[in-house]
Amino acid sequence: MSIGIVVFPGSNCDRDVRWALEGCLGLPTRFLWHGQADLGDVDAVVIPGGFSYGDYLRCGAIARFAPLLAAVREFAAAGGPVLGICNGFQVLTEMGLLPGALTRNARLHFICEPAPLLVHPGNCGWLGAYAEGERIVLPIAHGEGRFQCEPDQLAALEANGQVVLRYANNPNGSVGDVAGITNAEGNVLGMMPHPERAADPSTGGLDGQRLLTSLRAWVS
Amino acid sequence: MPLFRARVQVSLRPSVLDPAGEATRAAAARLGVGGLRKLRIGKAIDLELEADDRATAQSQLELLSDRLFANPVIENWSLELLEDGGERPA
Repeated sequence: MSIGIVVFPGSNCDRDVRWALEGCLGLPTRFLWHGQADLGDVDAVVIPGGFSYGDYLRCGAIARFAPLLAAVREFAAAGGPVLGICNGFQVLTEMGLLPGALTRNARLHFICEPAPLLVHPGNCGWLGAYAEGERIVLPIAHGEGRFQCEPDQLAALEANGQVVLRYANNPNGSVGDVAGITNAEGNVLGMMPHPERAADPSTGGLDGQRLLTSLRAWVS
Repeated sequence: MPLFRARVQVSLRPSVLDPAGEATRAAAARLGVGGLRKLRIGKAIDLELEADDRATAQSQLELLSDRLFANPVIENWSLELLEDGGERPA
């Protein structure tokens, strides 16, 4: 099994994700440069946090056109597990794999703090290790994490059980307290919190570790 | 090939909160201008485009506006095709 980690110019959590998956959990990884056209034989894809292409124009707006992401789109359409963390979530919404958009935090501050979250796993494969309604804490670190969509879109997401991660304290003003959403099929997850920063007791708990380890049962 | 000049205005949809605009409005009040009831910040993108004709330029600029410059989930855009620049000088 191998997990592909997408690397854009400006990605800065790619090595953190590798450290969490490989260093902490022993799951093999491979970096996937944005300019390459295919994914190779990876079993899952993680789009990590950072500032792809300097976040120019809008967060994730330029990354969407990277050659690699055409392959990610096909991989996701075939049911492959895709996880977008922070900037990766922004990329997934810009490329239309997930609905909505991530906008400037309501009070403008870059927020870097542990965020209490409620998990509603539904059919999301990435969250199979969590119980419905479970409360966990994951670090957030973003300036543009306020989830935005029209009320009817939010109602549809809620009705389908696609709002899988909610803030308990809504630090950034997201509609519906949305911290993470999945696609209807449950194989694509976008989330602003950083599970890779909670995969070792020395760096803020283990609540993110289960998200990453669930992959092992899911794809094998 | 003729050169066309254009300006695309990108603005947040009315339903989307504009925290930067609100902060700027607060700053305007500190500067003594207290009557601002609305301040929304958008982007203006100036372009020069070579195209076969005006209709082609129009359709290419619409494509760019809709697919790249603006995110229709949160933003509206308007396109102004300013003038035909005529043949590009050699």
